[in-house]
Amino acid sequence: MRVYGTEIASRLLLGTAQYPSPAILAEAVAASGAGVLTVSLRREGGGGAAFRELVARTGCRLLPNTAGCHTVKEAVTTAQMARELFGTNWIKLEVIGHSDSLQPDVFALVEAARILAAEGFSVFPYTTEDLIVGERLLAAGCEVLMPWGAPIGSGQGLRTPSALRAMRAHFPGVPLIVDAGIGAPSQAAQAMEMGFDAVLLNTAVAKAGDPVAMARAFARAIEAGAEAHAAGLMPPRDMAVPSTPVLGLAEFG
Amino acid sequence: MRLELNGKPHDTEAATLAELVAETGADGAAVATAHNGKFVPRNVRAETALMPGDRIEVLSPMQGG
Repeated sequence: MRVYGTEIASRLLLGTAQYPSPAILAEAVAASGAGVLTVSLRREGGGGAAFRELVARTGCRLLPNTAGCHTVKEAVTTAQMARELFGTNWIKLEVIGHSDSLQPDVFALVEAARILAAEGFSVFPYTTEDLIVGERLLAAGCEVLMPWGAPIGSGQGLRTPSALRAMRAHFPGVPLIVDAGIGAPSQAAQAMEMGFDAVLLNTAVAKAGDPVAMARAFARAIEAGAEAHAAGLMPPRDMAVPSTPVLGLAEFG
Repeated sequence: MRLELNGKPHDTEAATLAELVAETGADGAAVATAHNGKFVPRNVRAETALMPGDRIEVLSPMQGG
């Protein structure tokens, strides 16, 4: 996958939050094969320097987020601070519309994306499957779209598969990353089979019984889904069709 | 003077944002700062004078999804 002129080898982007320990986070990252990690910035960062060293050691590219921002101003300021702190123009732009649903405020999202793109950021917008919002984001300067699968942290998988399929068809050639809501490797594989370019997830790995094994499971599922899409899936049929030849069938009686 | 640091009242002798960051004991290169809602780049902290009631954010790298 090529995004903002950068080749990303792995189709799994992994979040770094909620792991049982920093050591398990590091192991999970290695097992996932992820090339991009999402990070954040917060007050009271007692372990901030240690965390920054830990993610630096992974060799992964960092994608800071604006998680928790509810306004354009908050998101823009957070992005500017993240750029300095992490030394990257990449920003996962989240502008949250409601603190219960964590649904993106797509109106503020487009406005923030325009401001940040003009300031030289490479914006990865966390958006919905809405096609017109997607078009507005591209017009604002985004070169990638990140539609939600389901609400953040819900683990519901792809809640609107037909709308996501329509989005994939509507934006050929635009990198599309399913971000949020993925709970199981099968759901990640489903997104890849549909032709999405990558999957971004966090909780499904971090909160698994064994995050390291789950990271590996996701990596395999995503690889399988991508290979299946490239191979060309058979179209579903309403009726049964015998797979074994009927011709030459013996007659008994 | 009293100002607001990361959402809490904070009494300080610092005259500039750079001095305030040093006062907190933070590694200046390991934090990002904002003054009254606006991002202040690292090299501008020393020129950023503080006034009573100012709202300061000093943020650190953190895990994120």
